[in-house]
Amino acid sequence: MRLLTHNMLSSKIKGVSNGFPLRIEVEKVIEKQVELNPDFLKNIFPKVDWKALVEAGRTMGFAELPEEADLLMLDSSEFLSKFHHALLELHLEEGALVCPETGRKFPVNKGIPNMLLHEDEV
Amino acid sequence: MSSRPESLAPPEIFYDDAEARKYTSSSRIIQIQAKLSERALELLALPDDGIPRLLLDIGCGSGLSGETLTENGHLWVGVDISQSMLDIALDRQVEGDLLLGDMGQGLAIRPGVVDGAISISAVQWLCNADKSSHEPRLRLKAFFGSLHRCLSRGARAVFQVYPENLAQRELILRSAMHAGFAGGVVVDYPHSTKNRKEYLVLTCGPPSLSTATPKGKGEDGESGSDEEFSDEENQTIRTSDRHRPRKKQKTTKKGKGREWLLKKKEQMRRKGNTVPPDTKYTGRKRKSKF
Ligand SMILES: C[S@@+](CC[C@H](N)C(=O)[O-])C[C@H]1O[C@@H](n2cnc3c(N)ncnc32)[C@H](O)[C@@H]1O
Repeated sequence: MRLLTHNMLSSKIKGVSNGFPLRIEVEKVIEKQVELNPDFLKNIFPKVDWKALVEAGRTMGFAELPEEADLLMLDSSEFLSKFHHALLELHLEEGALVCPETGRKFPVNKGIPNMLLHEDEV
Repeated sequence: MSSRPESLAPPEIFYDDAEARKYTSSSRIIQIQAKLSERALELLALPDDGIPRLLLDIGCGSGLSGETLTENGHLWVGVDISQSMLDIALDRQVEGDLLLGDMGQGLAIRPGVVDGAISISAVQWLCNADKSSHEPRLRLKAFFGSLHRCLSRGARAVFQVYPENLAQRELILRSAMHAGFAGGVVVDYPHSTKNRKEYLVLTCGPPSLSTATPKGKGEDGESGSDEEFSDEENQTIRTSDRHRPRKKQKTTKKGKGREWLLKKKEQMRRKGNTVPPDTKYTGRKRKSKF
């Protein structure tokens, strides 16, 4: 699972009012290189929750994202490549996602988060 | 009819390791799913600017539909309830990220972040109640509600569906409209028994030029590669812009039947509404007056 996906996920357990961002517990991170597409990054940037991405990156061992970011920075190729790397190249392979309100763990195996809810959580 | 997989077992049981492998190694299925996905992507009508979008593939299975999204340059996140199907997707090294999840529980995605969604041959599964706690209407509501929230404004969702009957199609469509979607059904090759395919084309946000439901293929009698014709199925249905006055909305010809009515009445009672008692007249066919 990429951090892009992590940035979009939110815990929807019954009664939880803010399930975002899910905390990451890391057992294994893998990196997969993909081609950088500036247009995609510019297009997705406004939808990314920057704080959550910075925090997630750090948890995954990548601490090079600036704390704050704005649209102007997208003109810098150095910024773009860090953004690209954090968003699309770091994968949580094994570990868990943790609901920020309830502490409920969603296990991640072979890169796939198990988001299935128990009946009393729906 | 009994050969519908939906009526055999719940999806996470039906699509076990063996079925998942069988499904994904059939060249016929691969070809059909690719075609359906191409068409769904076309109906999504994404801006023609070459920029990759972030899309959802709901009921992504082993990734056959997602592969079409990849080939067209898009990023996608797939959700499926069958671990076996997702395992095959991993084997096939699909590009999209995968989630194990039940769409009937609602999508665990935050608001406004997704550029579009497709779902190929999956949503009809929600019409079944596989557990005693399952109420199809509520599961459809949870699903469409969560989908509506996570799509960005003006984004579309296209579902290729195999409803078992009119009532299922109505139920799916109505749930989508209740969630705030506008749109309708596009039927490709309506005259062909074999090639007839239905797509639910839904749009988030207020109706505009771009929310008009596109035309189906082969509406003028062209039936694709298949030459069989069937008499009953000869029209493209384009209903249910939710901003249209109620009265004009089509209801099914046959009506819903007594069983449906009794269930509905029971539901209303549970909600505390006053409902006339059930008698032998309940849900009886009325003679048309004129
Ligand atoms: C016919 S397969 C289609 C798979 C893929 N879209 C394709 O085109 O090959 C239907 C898929 O829907 C999935 N499905 C059924 N009910 C589901 C649910 N409630 N939530 C998520 N996925 C579901 C099944 O597990 C199965 O993988």
